[in-house]
Amino acid sequence: MAEKGFTEEKVRVGDTDLQVLKLGTGKPLLVMHGEMGFSGLLKWHTALAAKRTLHIPLHPGFGKTPQASWIMNVRDLGAFYARYIREQKLTPVDVIGFSLGGWLAAEMATANSGQFNKMVLVGAAGLRPPTGEIMDMFTRTARNFLNENVVDYQNTPEFSSLFGGEQTPAQYEEWEEARAETARIAWAPYMFTQSMEHLLANVAGLPTLLVWGKQDPVVPLSVAELYHQRIAGSKLVTFDKCGHMPEIEKSAEFIKEVESFLG
Amino acid sequence: MWFTERAYHHVPEDEVLKRRSFFGVPNTFFDPAKGAVLLNQYLDEKIYTDELGFDGVMLNEHHGTPFCMGAVMDVEAAVLARATKRVKIVLLGNPIPTVANPLRLAEELAMIDMISGGRLVPGWVRGAGSEQLANNSNPAYNREYFDEAHDLIMAAWTRPGPFRWEGKHFHYRFVNPWVLPLQKPHPPIWIPGLISPETVKWCAAHKYPYVALATMLGPTLEMWDMYTTEAARHGYQAGPENFGYLQPIFVHETEEQADALGRNFLFGGGFANFARPEWMFPPGYNSREATRRLASLYSNPNLPGKTLIPQHLHSLKDIAAIKRAVYDNYDSAKESLQIITGTPKTVLPKLRKVLEVLRPGIFSFWLDGPAPREDRMTCLRLLGTEVMPAVREIGKELGLSGPFEVSPGSRPLPSSGRPDRVGSPEALQAL
Amino acid sequence: MHIMFFTERAYHAVPEDEVFKRRSFFGVPNKFFDAPTGARLLNEYIDEKIMCDELGFDGLMLNEHHGTPFCMGAVMDVEAAVLARATKRAKIVLLGNPIPTVANPLRMAEELAMIDMISGGRLVPGWVRGAGSEQLANNANPAYNREYFDEAHDLILAAWTKPGPFRWEGKHFHYRFVNPWVLPLQKPHPPIWIPGLISPETVKWCAEHRYPYVALATLLGPTLEMFNMYAKRAADLGYQAGPENFGYLQPVFCADTEEKAEAMGKNFLFGGGFAHFARPEWMFPPGYNSKVATRRLAEQAANPNLPGQITGIMDHDPTDDADLQKLKKQLYDTYPQWLKQSQMITGTPKTIVPKLRHVLEVLRPGIFSFWLDGPSPLKDRQRCVELLGKEVVPALRDIGKELGLEDPFTRKPGSVKISGKAETVGRADLIEASA
Repeated sequence: MAEKGFTEEKVRVGDTDLQVLKLGTGKPLLVMHGEMGFSGLLKWHTALAAKRTLHIPLHPGFGKTPQASWIMNVRDLGAFYARYIREQKLTPVDVIGFSLGGWLAAEMATANSGQFNKMVLVGAAGLRPPTGEIMDMFTRTARNFLNENVVDYQNTPEFSSLFGGEQTPAQYEEWEEARAETARIAWAPYMFTQSMEHLLANVAGLPTLLVWGKQDPVVPLSVAELYHQRIAGSKLVTFDKCGHMPEIEKSAEFIKEVESFLG
Repeated sequence: MWFTERAYHHVPEDEVLKRRSFFGVPNTFFDPAKGAVLLNQYLDEKIYTDELGFDGVMLNEHHGTPFCMGAVMDVEAAVLARATKRVKIVLLGNPIPTVANPLRLAEELAMIDMISGGRLVPGWVRGAGSEQLANNSNPAYNREYFDEAHDLIMAAWTRPGPFRWEGKHFHYRFVNPWVLPLQKPHPPIWIPGLISPETVKWCAAHKYPYVALATMLGPTLEMWDMYTTEAARHGYQAGPENFGYLQPIFVHETEEQADALGRNFLFGGGFANFARPEWMFPPGYNSREATRRLASLYSNPNLPGKTLIPQHLHSLKDIAAIKRAVYDNYDSAKESLQIITGTPKTVLPKLRKVLEVLRPGIFSFWLDGPAPREDRMTCLRLLGTEVMPAVREIGKELGLSGPFEVSPGSRPLPSSGRPDRVGSPEALQAL
Repeated sequence: MHIMFFTERAYHAVPEDEVFKRRSFFGVPNKFFDAPTGARLLNEYIDEKIMCDELGFDGLMLNEHHGTPFCMGAVMDVEAAVLARATKRAKIVLLGNPIPTVANPLRMAEELAMIDMISGGRLVPGWVRGAGSEQLANNANPAYNREYFDEAHDLILAAWTKPGPFRWEGKHFHYRFVNPWVLPLQKPHPPIWIPGLISPETVKWCAEHRYPYVALATLLGPTLEMFNMYAKRAADLGYQAGPENFGYLQPVFCADTEEKAEAMGKNFLFGGGFAHFARPEWMFPPGYNSKVATRRLAEQAANPNLPGQITGIMDHDPTDDADLQKLKKQLYDTYPQWLKQSQMITGTPKTIVPKLRHVLEVLRPGIFSFWLDGPSPLKDRQRCVELLGKEVVPALRDIGKELGLEDPFTRKPGSVKISGKAETVGRADLIEASA
C-alpha cells in the first residue's frame, strides 16, 4: 500500500532495498524520521513540498524497508545513509531530522559535515542531557509514549489525525516494529552517543537550525542548549507550550522558521 | 577468620612449572569428579571452622585456574549461608569489573545476606589481570568499571527504586531490586589488597577496612601509613579496625609435620611465584603510575626473594631447576614470617610478632597446598582450639579492635590533627 | 515419572492494593520490601524444599524473576547452591536461567558447574529468554533477546564440553580465552530441560535439541497442541517424542479438609495471580517478540495462562482507586473457572488424586511438578507439602507406572527412532469429555 499523498520508490543501497517516500518538486530535502517511524502526511510536508522535493527514507527495519541486521547503532545507520546520498548524487543535501532522526543527522554531520548543506534538528536525541533525562519510551506502551510526546494530545488536531482513535492491528505491528528497531540501535546508552559531545566541533560551519519545544518531555531542552553551544553558529528556536513535536504542535510557526532557514 | 584458595591439587605440577603459570593450564587436566570431592571438602572445612568458633570464613575468586575452584565464590557463599550458623561470610572480593551485570551481583549478595541472617561481609576487587582475560573484560577500563560497579551496587542497596542508572559503562533504566540486604544501610564492606596505593587511598576515603593479602611486613606497614594519612585527610583517625592481614600458617602436632604442610604451600610455585606478565598485566590494567613503578623495578610484594621467572624455559632440566629454586625459597619465607609453621606452642610467639608489627583488627589464617585431608583438618582443629583463643588474648592485650567492635572511621583525630601511626615500625626493626 | 515441587518464593508481605493499583507485580517500588520479613520468607521457602527432599520428591524446581515481589529468586543459582548442600537426593531443576540477561554467560557456566559439583551431579539446568520485564530489569536489549539466547546457550555448552583454552568470537559474546577450571560433574553435560508458555519457536527449538519441554501451567488444550507440535518436529528429525520429552507444572492445593484447600487455592489469586496482571509495556518490550508473535498479538490479546478474559482489566485506569475493590472482586470471582479448567486443583489427598489422574491422562507428561503459591500460613503450606509427599506422590507414581509415563531419566529423550509421521501425544478427546 502506498503511503497516502506520497510517491514511493525502492532504492538499492548495498544489500538493502530502501523504501523512499517522495513529495514535491525542486531542490531535495532529506527527511529523517524518528523512533516511532514515519506516521503520515502533515501540513509541514505539503508546505515545504511547494519548493522542495522531500526524500523520506524509511529506516531499515521500519515499515517497508527490510531490516539490515548488521546495523546495530546509530553510527552504522548514519554510514548507511552516507552511502545512499552519495550514490543518489544528493550530496551535499539539506537535511531535517526528528528526534532519533535528528540524532542520526547529527552523527552524519560529525562524521562528514560536507555531506550536508544545511541541517535542521528537531527535538533531536543524541546527547546525554546535562540536566533531566530522555524519556524512557521502552517502559511505556507505544500509545502512552506517543501521547506523552506532546503537551496536550487531546487538543492537537494533527496529532489526533495521526495517532487518535482505536489502535488498529496494523498500527500495533508498525509501532512494535519501530520500537524494536529503535531498541536495536539505541538501547544502551539510551538515545545518545557518549562521544557526540566531543565531535560536534566537526560540524562548525554547517548552517544548523535547532527547533525545540520548551516543554519537550522526551528530549529535554538542555540537550538543545548543548547542541547550540557545541555547534558554532547554530540557531536555536524554541516554542512555548510545545512538547516533542513542534512540527505538529506549532505547525504554522514551525513551517515559517524552517522555510526561512532553508531559503 | 580462616581462608583457603580451594585449589584443584590434582593438576600435574610440571604442567604448571612448564607454563610458569597456573592460569592458562588447559582444563583438559581437570577431572570434575576429583574437583567435586575437593570442593566439598573445602566446604566441610568451612563448616568445621564455624563449629570451632572462628569469627569469619573468607572466600576469594579466580577464573580459569587450577589454583582456585571458586570461580563464582558466591555459589560457595550461598552454601555457607545455610550450612553455617555463626561465622561472618567474608568475600574478598568479588571482581566487579568482570561480572558485566553488577545489578545481578547486587541481587545475588542481597539474597546471601538474607539467607545467612545478615552475616555477609562483601568486598570488591579489580580482579587479577588474568580475570580480565578469562572474562574478556576490557582491562583498559578496569578501574572505571570498578568505580562505577561499586557505586551502582551501593545505590541498588540503599536508594529506593525504581531509578535510572546511566553511567559511562553501565546503563539501567529500571533499578528496583526486590531482594535487599538484611544488614542496614548495607553490609559492612572490606577490601583486600596487594599493595596498590590507589586501592589503599580509595579504602581510606570510603572508610573500608583494608585487608593485606600476605604481603611482606615492611611494605604492608607503608600501606598502613598511607591509609592513615589519607584517613586523616578525611577527618578521622585510622585504628586496628581499619586493617586486616592474611597470614599463611601451618600447624600440626609436631614441627616436622607442620613443616611438611608448609612446604606444600609452594606447590606449583606457590600462589604468586609464577605471575607471567602477560596474564598479570593485561593492557591498560595498571595505572600509569603503577606501570612506571614496574618499569623501574620488577617488584613482587608477595615474594621474599627475587623473582624466579627465567626468560626462557624449555627443557625438563629447567623445570627441575625451577622447582628446586621454588622450594629453596621456603626457609627465607619462614624467616621473614611470610610463612609460619609449627605446633600451637611454637607458632604463637611468631604470630604475636606479626600482630605487634601490623596491629590489625582483622586477622585471617591461610591454609593451602596439596596436603592430605586429615592433616588439613588437624591444622584447622589446632588453630581453632589452641591458637585462636591465644590470639584473641593477644588481641585484647594489644587493643586490636575489630570493625565490629569499633566502627571504622569513627575515631577522632588527635587534637594536633596529625594522625597516630597504627602499626609499629619499631617492632619490625626488632625482628 | 519425575515428580517435583515448585513455588515462586513470593514476598507476600507486599500490600495487595499496591499491586492492583499498578495492575502489575513488576514495578512496585521496592520501598515496600522489608528485608527481615523477606529473609524469613526466603528461608522458609528453602526449608520447604529441604522437606520435599526428605519426603522423597524427585526434583526441586526453581525459577527466576527480577524486580518483582512475586519472586525473590532474583538469582536462583544462590538458592540452587544452598540446596546443593542442604539436600541429599532430589534433582535441582532450574527452569530456567534467563541467559540473555546475565551479560557474562561464561560466569554462568562456571556458576552452574560448581553447583553440579557440590550437589554431586544433581543439577538439571534449563534456559529461558526471560520474561519481558527481565529485560527491563537487567537492561538486556530485548531486540536481541533471541540472538543472545541462542549464542549464550551455545557458548555455555561449549564451555562445558569443548577442551580449553579456545576463542569464542560470536555476534554478541566475545571471549579469547575460554578455559574454565570448574566443569560439571555430569558428562558430557547435565541434562537440560526448557520451560515454556506456549511459544511455538521455543517448542520447535526444544524438539531440535531433544530437550524436554515443561509447560508452565498452561491450559490443557493449547498445551497439547504444543506437545504435538514438538512431536511433529521430532518426527522430522527421526524420533518419536514420548512422555520423557514433556513436563507439566500444576497448581495443587492439598489440605486435610476441602474448605482449607479451597482457602489456599483462593490465595493463589493474591494480587491478581501470577499472570493476570501483565502490562504490555512490561511483557512485550521492544523487539522481544518475533514478527510472527507480534502479528498474533495484534490480532488478538491472547493470554494462554488465563481461563478468563482480561481485556477490561488491561484498560483499567491505574489511578482510579474507586474501581480497585471491584477489580479485586472480579479477579477472585474467576476462581471457579480455574478449578473447572483444571488450571488449579484443590482438595484432600483423596479428592485430588482423581483430578490429577485426569491431567496426566490428557497430557501424558513424564515430568510433573506441583506448584504451591499464595500467601497462606506457613503451617498450611507445610501440611500441604507433607500431604503431597506422603499421600499424593506415591499415588501419582502408581498412575505414572500404569500409564507408562517414562521420564527423562528412565528413557533418554529422543532415543525412540521412527520414520514417518509422529504418533499423537496425549488425549485431547478427554478434555472435552470432562468439560
